[in-house]
Amino acid sequence: MAKTITLEIVTPDKMVLKEEVDYVGAPGINGEFGVLPNHIPFLSALGIGSLYYKLNGKKYYVFVAGGFAEVSPAKVTVLAEVAEKAEEIDLERARRAQERAEQRAKQQQEKLDHAAVQAALARALHRMKCRASAVSEGTCRM
Amino acid sequence: MASLRDIQNKIVGVKKTKQITKAMNMVASAKLRGAQNRIERFRPYADKFHDILIDLASRADASVHPLLEKREEIQNIGIVLVTSDKGLCGSFNANLCNAANRLAKQKEAEGKTVKFICIGKKGRDFIRKTKFEIVSQYAENMTNFDFQLASETGNFVIDGYLSGQFDEVHIVFGKFVSIAKQEATSSQILPAETAEAEAPTGATSEYIFEPSVEGLLAELLPRYVKVQMYRGLLDTSASEHAARMSAMDNATKNCDEMVGSLTLVYNKARQASITTQLMDIVGGAEALKG
Repeated sequence: MAKTITLEIVTPDKMVLKEEVDYVGAPGINGEFGVLPNHIPFLSALGIGSLYYKLNGKKYYVFVAGGFAEVSPAKVTVLAEVAEKAEEIDLERARRAQERAEQRAKQQQEKLDHAAVQAALARALHRMKCRASAVSEGTCRM
Repeated sequence: MASLRDIQNKIVGVKKTKQITKAMNMVASAKLRGAQNRIERFRPYADKFHDILIDLASRADASVHPLLEKREEIQNIGIVLVTSDKGLCGSFNANLCNAANRLAKQKEAEGKTVKFICIGKKGRDFIRKTKFEIVSQYAENMTNFDFQLASETGNFVIDGYLSGQFDEVHIVFGKFVSIAKQEATSSQILPAETAEAEAPTGATSEYIFEPSVEGLLAELLPRYVKVQMYRGLLDTSASEHAARMSAMDNATKNCDEMVGSLTLVYNKARQASITTQLMDIVGGAEALKG
């Protein structure tokens, strides 16, 4: 019985992460789910949020948006449009995006795309939350 | 016969042209390396995506999602033409435009209406001169693009498809086969073609799906369109640089050849003028003696 599971996170631009980990927690579209080694095959869409994995008792965070995860007994493959490790998150940019989204939401416009604004806001907030969790966990190498 | 000075000027001019073509060749080869890297990094994502989608589609009926279902009556055809923004890359853009034009003419002969979505300036300029309608265009961004561009164009195509503006969408792009070979390729992106590929049989049968096969397909299909779009963009950009590289390499070689033949002409002219001058002097001396 394998004691670890391979976590692979891929985006269109690069392979973000490939590591042997003890546990993976991911933001599924119907709520968070956890994966331990030897999990039954499983395929789920992911929402916007923080994915984390445990390695040697420590939690590491990765921000993901717009993707899905394929789980097999030995491997978790995450395909996401956006994936950023906690230490790679651009906090300044997230803050600006948050302000912009909030301003937009206030404007009373006919053509306002509420879903897009909400998604932008959610991304910004989750980016910051992801970073904050990583910092409090002490796994943000910066 | 051209004067010595004229020939000399021409040689200098050709040498300067050669410097430029050589520099462009080197720039293109550096950019090609970057573009190839991007393709390589994108491939695992695209492959995995494809596998999962085929697997899912084989479990569901085509009618579960509008992007999967073939329409009975196909009237409006959308063609996405991906070209480069800049020229000086041999016949690369012309090949793409011709391929798109052929496809459009063929569809038109079948009595269908063809509309174009142009990515890249060269293709847009070409289609403008034809009678086909351009419904959307994205120019001046092929030099530096990311997944965002694929998302944007993908969304446009999907919206157009769902609203009935298109009943079928094709993409024409420059497939990067190797540095020496680029092919103008067309493929259908909507409705998504999944039928011809058999689902990989194996241990995938006991999958748990969340939310459900249908729900996942609804999430995946729009993204699949964008993935294909992105692939077209990446391939075209790599092909463009490769085409420019070989075009500039040829130009440099031609310059060398031209300098060679011009130098020959120059030397001949120089010798001829020396000979005439000598003849003059000798003739003059003989006359004085006389």
